[in-house]
Amino acid sequence: MKKTCLALASAVMLGAFATTPSSAETLKFAFQGTLNQVDPYSLNETFTLSSLGNVYEGLTRRNGELEIEPALAESWEVVEPNRWRFHLRKGVKFHNGNDFTAEDVVFSANRVRSEGSDLKTRIDPKTTVEVVDDYTVDFVLPGPNPILHYEWDTWYIMDKDWTEEHDAVSVTSASDTTPNYAALHANGTGPFKLESHEVGVKTTYTKNDDWWDTATHNLDTVEFTPIGSDATRVAALLSGELDLVYPIPVQDIKRVESNPDTSALTGPELRTIFLGMDQMRPELLYSDVKGKNPFQDVRVRKAVYQAIDIEGIVKKIMRNLAEPSALMISPFLYSRSDEFKRHPYDPDASKALLKEAGYEDGFSVGMDCPNDRYVNDEAICQAVASMLARVGIKVDLNAQPKAKYFAKVLASNGYDTSFYLLGWTPSSFDSWNVLANMLACRDEKGNGGAFNLGGYCNEKVDALMAEVLVENDPEKRDALIAEAFTIVHEEVGSIPLHQQGLAWGVSNKVDVVQRADNQFLFRFVTKN
Amino acid sequence: MLGFTIRRLLQAMIVMLVVALLSFTLFRFVGDPVNQMVGVDTSIADREALRERLGLNDPMPVQFWRFISNAVQLDFGTSYQFKQPVSDLFARRIPATLELSFMSAIFALAVGVPMGIYAGLNRESAISKLFLSLSLIGISLPTFFIGILLIFLFSVTLQWLPSFGRGDVVQIGSWWTTGLLTVSGLKALVLPSITLGLYQMTLIMRLIRAEMLEVIRTDYIKFARARGLPDRIVHFRHALKNTLVPVVTITGLQLGSIIAFATITETVFQWPGMGLMFLQAVQEVDIPIMAAYLMLTAFLFVAINFCVDILYFFIDPRLRVGR
Amino acid sequence: MTETSETPASKKAPSTMERLLDSDIFHAFLRSKVTIMAAAGTLILFLLAFLSPWIAPHDPFDLASLDVMNSYMPPAWIEGADPAFLLGTDDQGRDILSAIFYGMRISLIVGFCSVIFAALVGIGLGLIAGYMGGRIDALIMRVADVQLTFPAILIALLIDGAARGLFGSLDREVFSFWILIFSLSLSFWVQYARTVRGSTMVEKNKEYVQAARVIGIPSWIIMLRHILPNVTGPVMVIATINLALAIVTEATLSFLGVGMPITQPSLGTLISVGNDYLYSGEWWMAIFPGVALALLVLCVNLLGDWLRDALNPKLR
Repeated sequence: MKKTCLALASAVMLGAFATTPSSAETLKFAFQGTLNQVDPYSLNETFTLSSLGNVYEGLTRRNGELEIEPALAESWEVVEPNRWRFHLRKGVKFHNGNDFTAEDVVFSANRVRSEGSDLKTRIDPKTTVEVVDDYTVDFVLPGPNPILHYEWDTWYIMDKDWTEEHDAVSVTSASDTTPNYAALHANGTGPFKLESHEVGVKTTYTKNDDWWDTATHNLDTVEFTPIGSDATRVAALLSGELDLVYPIPVQDIKRVESNPDTSALTGPELRTIFLGMDQMRPELLYSDVKGKNPFQDVRVRKAVYQAIDIEGIVKKIMRNLAEPSALMISPFLYSRSDEFKRHPYDPDASKALLKEAGYEDGFSVGMDCPNDRYVNDEAICQAVASMLARVGIKVDLNAQPKAKYFAKVLASNGYDTSFYLLGWTPSSFDSWNVLANMLACRDEKGNGGAFNLGGYCNEKVDALMAEVLVENDPEKRDALIAEAFTIVHEEVGSIPLHQQGLAWGVSNKVDVVQRADNQFLFRFVTKN
Repeated sequence: MLGFTIRRLLQAMIVMLVVALLSFTLFRFVGDPVNQMVGVDTSIADREALRERLGLNDPMPVQFWRFISNAVQLDFGTSYQFKQPVSDLFARRIPATLELSFMSAIFALAVGVPMGIYAGLNRESAISKLFLSLSLIGISLPTFFIGILLIFLFSVTLQWLPSFGRGDVVQIGSWWTTGLLTVSGLKALVLPSITLGLYQMTLIMRLIRAEMLEVIRTDYIKFARARGLPDRIVHFRHALKNTLVPVVTITGLQLGSIIAFATITETVFQWPGMGLMFLQAVQEVDIPIMAAYLMLTAFLFVAINFCVDILYFFIDPRLRVGR
Repeated sequence: MTETSETPASKKAPSTMERLLDSDIFHAFLRSKVTIMAAAGTLILFLLAFLSPWIAPHDPFDLASLDVMNSYMPPAWIEGADPAFLLGTDDQGRDILSAIFYGMRISLIVGFCSVIFAALVGIGLGLIAGYMGGRIDALIMRVADVQLTFPAILIALLIDGAARGLFGSLDREVFSFWILIFSLSLSFWVQYARTVRGSTMVEKNKEYVQAARVIGIPSWIIMLRHILPNVTGPVMVIATINLALAIVTEATLSFLGVGMPITQPSLGTLISVGNDYLYSGEWWMAIFPGVALALLVLCVNLLGDWLRDALNPKLR
């Protein structure tokens, strides 16, 4: 039933298409969100970066299986532990005809770290960039970093001359009184040119005939429309108005499949959905337990964990488009994931643990939940609330739109939550990111694990995390990570639920590769 | 008349100022714009710096003064999400909303007025009861649900009409775009206009019916009939004219509903108008867009109310005595 | 005559109500079959709504009784159904039938409260503005102008956002309820005020009011006894449509995420949740609450239509 995305097979097939310059193919697609602006350093968000990835390119790129490939850099080597050398591709031209050289890399490295950039994490501020010759660049790091280039597929190289010519050197920030030229226009090296961009209405891309790589797609034009309403998005696909829409609600997969002209493309996503508990405050903000914090007791945390019927959530609410998870990271991103097993679902054990901890009659707690951020987020929270109700914990659910939810629970508002649902994708595709953001100790202001909303803290985990950062040997590194994850798992520092799945609705005329990071790249598309 | 106009203008300015103050106060609590403007990885220090740059840390009166003094010059600032001047964004969105509202008003009047007259004149007939009941069903369901049902029927099942967007638009002048001149543009207008106009249609129909019922029993009409005037003239020249005062009032007032419900209709049909942009702005806490939208609707209303008041004088001469 | 349908009417014309009941109204009522059916329908729906804790087969507000494994059950007559859930279940395993009963109760309470608040405020201010004229009129109408620039949906969006920021720690269910009533009545009162003012301006120049003034009857008595009964016609049209509109607007607000929370669902909340399952085959989640809402609004409106015609002195 489901389309399998065999990148290799389709690539062979695509080659055949690319050679026949027959009719002009237009791909029309819709996404739930808007492409706000097109400066590649303005917003570190998947859809923006994915859209711009068709126009701009990084030194590296990732293929359909997310493996790192050479792009604007033909090759690279670690010449000294602290010095990485990148050999740039020759003969590459930007869309305006300018040549791509080492100058552009240095410029982009400075711009991405400048004030107002949202992608500062791509390159450490202490790193220096040295031009060796026109097509060789050295990155001198303050210390060894085995995952330096992991996020460079979305660090796009801009044209120095073009940017300077249009007075767009400083990254767009909202405080600017005049709009930045680069926020409305794009000039990359990628397989598509940005033809027009009417914000929130329509964005048009056209094929770049001078692209350095062999095009495996057969598209001439791509039209993007944002459609916020789930039902309308699905309707536009079913009625044949659009070729591809994403995401589609999990409950509509069956419908899209049963329609003769469309199918659903599903696959695992890297985002982990989990529950967090405030373990930092001496007394919970939203609870009837006064004078102490029940979540500071590991038995209570484990009781909550074991009260949750994850299979029920996955089967019914996620319609099996999710994988229960024992870890805070997707198994695709961590090789030893299968060593970890979830604490089993066992309401009786849960009640026993609560009784042991002195909460025989249960207690009440307020739960914060977004209702427009993750797949069926509010429904998951409701299900959790009713499962906890059965072991005696009364949950007062506060499900809100993401703007209000994040404004409430994040550091800027002093982590105003007792119990919450959150999702996390490590942008570097690596466990260290999860440990540092989700599980490291923090203070009240958020120094440390800034997104560790519940304030879980174990110094041992922090120490392991520091070791992971500088360990260059992959096996030892994974062992250190395993040790840290084991502690978190035993202490129930957080309650992982599942990795949600991706669901795209695709017309049968279209072949596409679905990447697990939910990036949609036109170069993987053929239409017939 | 001049004094009256000046007085009303002054009042209108005060109204605008109060609207500005109220909406400005409310924005403080709608959410945190900074979180919507950066990716998850962005450090807390960077977030704080952005907040500072946006002027969100300034005292309220300072922020309000800045807003008012810019707004007077029609400068509503730069959208947080789109990094473009809000006035440009609105200029490009206004034609879509106005065209949709206009078409739905035409639909409401063209269907509602004749049905209302008929139902008023033939109170007991089966057809007028049918009209009444049918029109009620139209307002018994929420707009978004009607829209989605219409899409389900006409786009997905029958595949007659598009489910989203404006179709092909034609550029007229420097900034106006219209969908009225292309086939796909006209087709795209049908479902959203019906969805949006259904409620107004019901209201107009019921109002006209109710007023007709009353007017037709007045002595004035009885005399007209007694004078031997034909029914047609009595009904349309005498009766209908007298029903117009409340109809004009309510229709004027309904513009508020049209604009408000246009936001819903636009969301369901992904109609690229102001309402859609406003709703997205609320979700993303894009304060400059929210502020500009509210100021713009406030301005429209003040202008419309002014016109309604003037119209009163022309339609109903009795009111002139009162002033 | 049903108890329930008297309530809104008695608010509008308190002094003449009893007299009217004795004679014409009852007569007119028995003459119209549609009205009898509408009254019966309203009575049944109101009973179902307000007796829901005793007659509903399940308690949809009790989270502990929900089992996600019972979710998406079809109505009893379709294969694969559980007869315990007559109209099927929703995504949480909530019994749709019980949820409709409870939801209708919430929708009705929200609707009535907001219409009554709005009517009291609007009629009062409209009478004063129309009768007094001058500065008071200008002030009230300018306040109304400000009000009009914020249609119900915008008001609710803004108030909900602001209030949640201010009183975030309050009980969410109670809180949403009052926000809804407040924002609905806040946006409805202007309609009454402007309509009443318009009619009052016409009425106050008529001979009988002039005469009443001349013989020295206090203004407030003139307003209440002479002018008010003459403006009930348009007010009744607005009130009936407003009750429907309040219920429907509440549903729309659920769609925008500021209606009643799903743990205390109204009919609107149920529809907007079920809405997402229209294409996937679980049509009962949206259609049954939708039918219930349509029936309720239809009956109330039909009853209102008749009541208006019967109460209107000019039509007798």
